[in-house]
Amino acid sequence: MSYASTIPLSSKKIARCREIAKSIGSEVARLIQANSTVGTERAVLRLLGFNEATPNDQGQLFPIANLICDQVKSQGRLHEGALYWIANAMIALGEDIPHLQEKVIKREIDIGSINSQDSKKVKTLANQLSKEAYQNLIRYRKERSQIAKSLKDPVKEKRPLKYVIVATGNIFEDVTQAKSAVLDGADVIAVIRSTAQSLLDYVPQGTTTEGFGGTYATQANFRVMRQALDEVGKEVNRYIRLTNYCSGLCMSEIAALGAIEGLDCLLNDAMYGILFRDINMRRTLIDQHFSRLICSKSGIWIMTGEDNYMKTTDAAKSGDQVLASQFINEAAALNAGMSKGQMSIGHAMEMDPNYEKVILMEIARAQMTRQIFPEAPLKYMCNTKYKSGDIFTSHAIDTIFNLIGSMTNQGVILLGMLTEAVHTPFLQDRSVSIRNANYVVGGAVGLGDEFGYRSDGFISTFAQNVLDDALKLLEKIDRMGIYKAIERKTFADVSRTKDGGKGADGVFEVERGRYLNPFFDLMGSKI
Amino acid sequence: MAEINFTSLKPYGDTTDDGAVQLSFTLPVEPSAKAREAATQIVRGWGFFDVKVAHMSKIGVNYSLFVVFARTDRGIDYTKIEVPDLGGEKRSYKEIDRLILANVKRPIRVVGACTGYDAHTVGLDAILNMKGFDGDIGLERYKGFRTVNMGSQVPTEELIDRAVKEKADAILLSKVVSQKDIHISDMRDLISRLQKRGLEGKFILIAGGPRVTHKMALELGYDAGFTIGAKPSDVANFLYEKMVERMDKGEAELPPGKKKRGK
Repeated sequence: MSYASTIPLSSKKIARCREIAKSIGSEVARLIQANSTVGTERAVLRLLGFNEATPNDQGQLFPIANLICDQVKSQGRLHEGALYWIANAMIALGEDIPHLQEKVIKREIDIGSINSQDSKKVKTLANQLSKEAYQNLIRYRKERSQIAKSLKDPVKEKRPLKYVIVATGNIFEDVTQAKSAVLDGADVIAVIRSTAQSLLDYVPQGTTTEGFGGTYATQANFRVMRQALDEVGKEVNRYIRLTNYCSGLCMSEIAALGAIEGLDCLLNDAMYGILFRDINMRRTLIDQHFSRLICSKSGIWIMTGEDNYMKTTDAAKSGDQVLASQFINEAAALNAGMSKGQMSIGHAMEMDPNYEKVILMEIARAQMTRQIFPEAPLKYMCNTKYKSGDIFTSHAIDTIFNLIGSMTNQGVILLGMLTEAVHTPFLQDRSVSIRNANYVVGGAVGLGDEFGYRSDGFISTFAQNVLDDALKLLEKIDRMGIYKAIERKTFADVSRTKDGGKGADGVFEVERGRYLNPFFDLMGSKI
Repeated sequence: MAEINFTSLKPYGDTTDDGAVQLSFTLPVEPSAKAREAATQIVRGWGFFDVKVAHMSKIGVNYSLFVVFARTDRGIDYTKIEVPDLGGEKRSYKEIDRLILANVKRPIRVVGACTGYDAHTVGLDAILNMKGFDGDIGLERYKGFRTVNMGSQVPTEELIDRAVKEKADAILLSKVVSQKDIHISDMRDLISRLQKRGLEGKFILIAGGPRVTHKMALELGYDAGFTIGAKPSDVANFLYEKMVERMDKGEAELPPGKKKRGK
């Protein structure tokens, strides 16, 4: 028996897990090579600057990106890529992008019906357009990191970032709540989306003041919150990170808008859409890849959603699927050229608080995840499943969560709210929660370095078992293939089929040799 | 132990009949002596006395958090309170699933929605979605239920259409917003539209929400009303028992292979 500052975990087994995850990813890589989606094409259009909207037949604002994509699709030309037909239209009409956009808004032209121009010229222009758009992204990123550098960056301190949500439905009310949270000590502000926005096959337009259970993710709302956080960040001399959610049917489009508007993090996980929103797996896996390419080059952290698995299964027993999914997510992110420091891999403290030794088990999980993904700014989420109207016990759970998150050096802690099971947090609920975290996180700086784990102790054994089980599970998934694995309820006890789910009709085969999406190469796609 | 006066029941702090309560709230002003006095007067205005502002501190954007202790002398006649019992014994998810499988022999079909302008699905989700509430898993996870969660702001007619289409055994109506008693009018709306369409008695009707009580739900024509604290398994168990009762009476579709009993 000995003590060490880390849990003894077999590096061989960890390396083997990574190897298998890579192999599992190759099935998805083949899918991405041969197909694209309407979502991915719209994201390309958005990167090019097609971000206006026009009233549809019902008088609602409809994004130009959707309109153009529909025009090209209805002429059966989408298999060459939306970009191809934009460049084609520009050559045919001699217009630049802003003027072309204006003509589309006025319904003067139909991008899909313009005569084919010389394909060599089209390709040259398309490459040039993508390069410019790509360089814009790099510029946005530079501007962002300059702002971060001009302030104290909490990432550099040896403590987890404190992450809280705002969700009033009204972006301007959200600003008040977010500023207040920052003044109290929050480091990351997440604006929760309106219920089921992930199922909308377009991104709403403009600032919004009415949402259900959250606020719509729109480009204009991003901008409002970004500006507010930069302002309040200056006031407290702390760089405040802004996060939103892009999983869903507009995964890559929201990533593009997030990159343009200077977001720092995006919840980004195809598995969330597949399992919990019943989005077609092919659709969202393809969208995920493009969204991660964009995030990768824009310096955006992706946050993965493994915490959700534990909400629908017994968290004490689902450690293997969480870890297996984390490896798979990491492999997919690497395929998008993402650095490990951008992978805010998700997990949560969700075991039944009534279990004996539950705190030991949670420490084991958190520390194990820390050790397996040493460079990742891990996203650790507080218990929500075992929360009731008993706000006092709830607050006690939050305290233990903050302590475990601190002592195991998690990158980001999603603070628990004492009223979690009651309502979206009041201003005071969030404030009380941040006060708790200020005390615990501040009081526990360096705590993890002061103690060692018993090599044969309960915590070490628990963590080793999770790793062993995850390895076995990954081997099983690799044998079945990821699609079958999802169909057979490997994750979260939910079954989804390859062709089922929403958005499947938005997947199409690309025409090899003709299809244009130079962003893949520009952004360093490994697929 | 001191004798408790049930005809004027009051909160208990540390002495019988002391009427002690704790409150916490936020005022949209900066902390100050004036703000403290404002909090004191507000609480006094609610009819409390011995008001003590135990804590006042700043919340972010110049708001103030208060923790206040106070007392009340307003009791309630406990002997006159009547709450109809929801009945049924407490059963676990596994037990309910087993009973449904054994006695109903098919999944109980449930359609749920928040109707009208109500955008708050927290209650509906807690009962229907897999995750459930406080560790008690939702109906979606049961083998014994087939659930449809229509979400928020569903027009009543659409809820009925869907219930008909799904051949639902039960309709779950969740009402969180209760301004101007909108929850009651929306609950009535469902009943009257069902009547108009000749669908009265066709479904087990359950309402839920923070201001919904079982008593009020019964009065409005529902089979049950559940409020804050109700677990998915409570709703599941009620649905199971009601289902068996309806099958016995011949009001519900019988399990495969079972003949209708003669009246």
